[in-house]
Amino acid sequence: MEPLREVAGRAIPFGAKNVDTDVIIPAHWLKTITRDGLGQGAFETLRADPDNLFDSANFKGAPILIAGDNFGCGSSREHAAWALLDLGITAVIAPSFSDIFSSNAFKNGILTVVLPQSAIDRLMEVAQTDPVHIDLGSQTVTTPFQDRFEFEIDAFRKACLLEGLDEVGLTLSRDSAISAYENRSRGQTPWLATGELVS
Amino acid sequence: MASKPRTLYEKIWDAHVVERRDDDTCLIYIDRHLVHEVTSPQAFEALRLAGRTVRRPDLTLAVPDHNLPTTARRDAAGLPIPIADLESAQQLAALTRNAPEFGIRLIGDADAEQGIVHVVGPEQGFSLPGATIVCGDSHTACHGGLGALAFGIGTSEVEHVLATQTLLLKQSKAMEVRVEGELGPGVSAKDVVLHITGVLRASGGTGYVIEYTGSAIRDLSVEGRLTISNMAIEHGARAGLIAPDEVTFAYVKGRPYAPKGAEWDAAVTWWRTLATDPGASYDKVVVIDAADIAPSVTWGTSPEDVLPITGFVPAPESFADPSKQDAARKSLAYMGLMAGQKLTDIEVQNVFIGSCTNSRIEDLRAAAAVLKGRTKAANVRWAIAVPGSGLVKRQAEAEGLDQIFLAAGFEWREPGCSACLAMNPDKVPAGERCASTSNRNFVGRQGPGARTHLLSPAMAAAAAVTGRLADVRELS
Repeated sequence: MEPLREVAGRAIPFGAKNVDTDVIIPAHWLKTITRDGLGQGAFETLRADPDNLFDSANFKGAPILIAGDNFGCGSSREHAAWALLDLGITAVIAPSFSDIFSSNAFKNGILTVVLPQSAIDRLMEVAQTDPVHIDLGSQTVTTPFQDRFEFEIDAFRKACLLEGLDEVGLTLSRDSAISAYENRSRGQTPWLATGELVS
Repeated sequence: MASKPRTLYEKIWDAHVVERRDDDTCLIYIDRHLVHEVTSPQAFEALRLAGRTVRRPDLTLAVPDHNLPTTARRDAAGLPIPIADLESAQQLAALTRNAPEFGIRLIGDADAEQGIVHVVGPEQGFSLPGATIVCGDSHTACHGGLGALAFGIGTSEVEHVLATQTLLLKQSKAMEVRVEGELGPGVSAKDVVLHITGVLRASGGTGYVIEYTGSAIRDLSVEGRLTISNMAIEHGARAGLIAPDEVTFAYVKGRPYAPKGAEWDAAVTWWRTLATDPGASYDKVVVIDAADIAPSVTWGTSPEDVLPITGFVPAPESFADPSKQDAARKSLAYMGLMAGQKLTDIEVQNVFIGSCTNSRIEDLRAAAAVLKGRTKAANVRWAIAVPGSGLVKRQAEAEGLDQIFLAAGFEWREPGCSACLAMNPDKVPAGERCASTSNRNFVGRQGPGARTHLLSPAMAAAAAVTGRLADVRELS
């Protein structure tokens, strides 16, 4: 994963609430066996409208998406995160995110920024004409007009994003702790410690 | 020293902590991993590229379900019938190749045990109370109906579990949703969970693990509990839980992967300790009176858009929140509905009985009880019943349910996810309505332009015979 320190540029003032993963990437795009090329299917239904925001001259290729409450609800498909990345989006700002989506986003180096609705409203206004700047180190979102919004982020996620850490590699280095757990489990809950067919 | 009272969730969590980091992130051990063809190819590919192996193939079970056509899979000579959609075929082939390459058991497309992962896991006794269970699918919460901590994960997490048998997680907040009282006639587990989703809204459970409690939940069969827990994600909760009890133990006992002999006794002894302790506290409690729950249907494009079948399509202005007003306007336009329309006046052209929410034997029995001696209305163009697994199908056939469905004008299909998300050929045409026992009424979910109304199996059967959304209580 590439390290991520800041995201700056145009922000798509999308604003919709309860944007589900079927809207972000419809199911027929899930038949791929790679992570690439999903930008084409991102927001397919909305982009069928020739006047859609995503393909407009101002917002095509914008790195930031501003959305409403409960962004990414629905399915666990990581294709939603891959589709956003392929579209060029590396940060989403919303009042709340579904748990699975924010985890998927984070694992692909997409920053999810949680801000209150009042801040979202202001950023939606700014985004119409001007860029937005997100700095992960200082956990702030700023605009050219002196707006400054601070956001919270889990310390572990922040460190992983800043350093571009490989989480699987990190956990594999804890092999001895995992083995110790497995040994304990064999003694305490032996029926969970094996998934073999029992005859 | 007496230990602090804990919830069911905390007990399962604590029992699975491999280690706790300074920032409270925990490495959590995963007992059971279900794998299907859609969310796994990129995970296997990443392992291959990094030269990594699967740590515990014995705790992993692969089953294809999303892409499989629900028409016959073998010809008269027993040879595989090719899948017309090449991308679906390629994704299924990837699972068939990846499972043996990484030493993982695969239940194949023509095996009697094949079915939707969330039906197969409990049915095989692979999913057990007190276990941590994951799958690259948001409806994994389903297994929480057995008292397991089960949740959906993304493909990067699938890779993480394959490689390490663990996940790095922060403990969620705990919510209790208590449903007290007796369910009225015609009210099923599906109506209960739709009602809960209406109360909590689509995001009410975000950040929480929900434990469903109360007499109405305790009185449900295990299959009903699986239906409730299945839709936890539709109100935002990554996992739903129902305390395991004697009903659960009776369900699990004797299943192929369930513990046997002395291990069974030890398991039951441990499972009995898992129920939430008196005095344990939840971060949030929601209480629902079972008497308030009617047979329910959705009218919009979010599962929170739910109403009793006796209701009317709401006016967008009736919502206090301006963004909900806007969403409701868009939903009504998409659904082709007018504010004030009586729900029972809405005609349907399609009926789908199936999905991980409602495709178990009790679901099929409930639908068949309404269909018996009746046929689908003339305006219902397409009605299909898709059993959740080959074993459910076989059981239904042994009970003669297939004949009731066929006589009523339904198609009787092979098991799979089918028209719930329309990744296989089972799609609802644009502009047409479907009375569906599935879990999501999102825009385009059952096919581009398809209009979904979520309801219970008995209500779906009632819609089939009347040709419109109907109150099942008036049919029985």
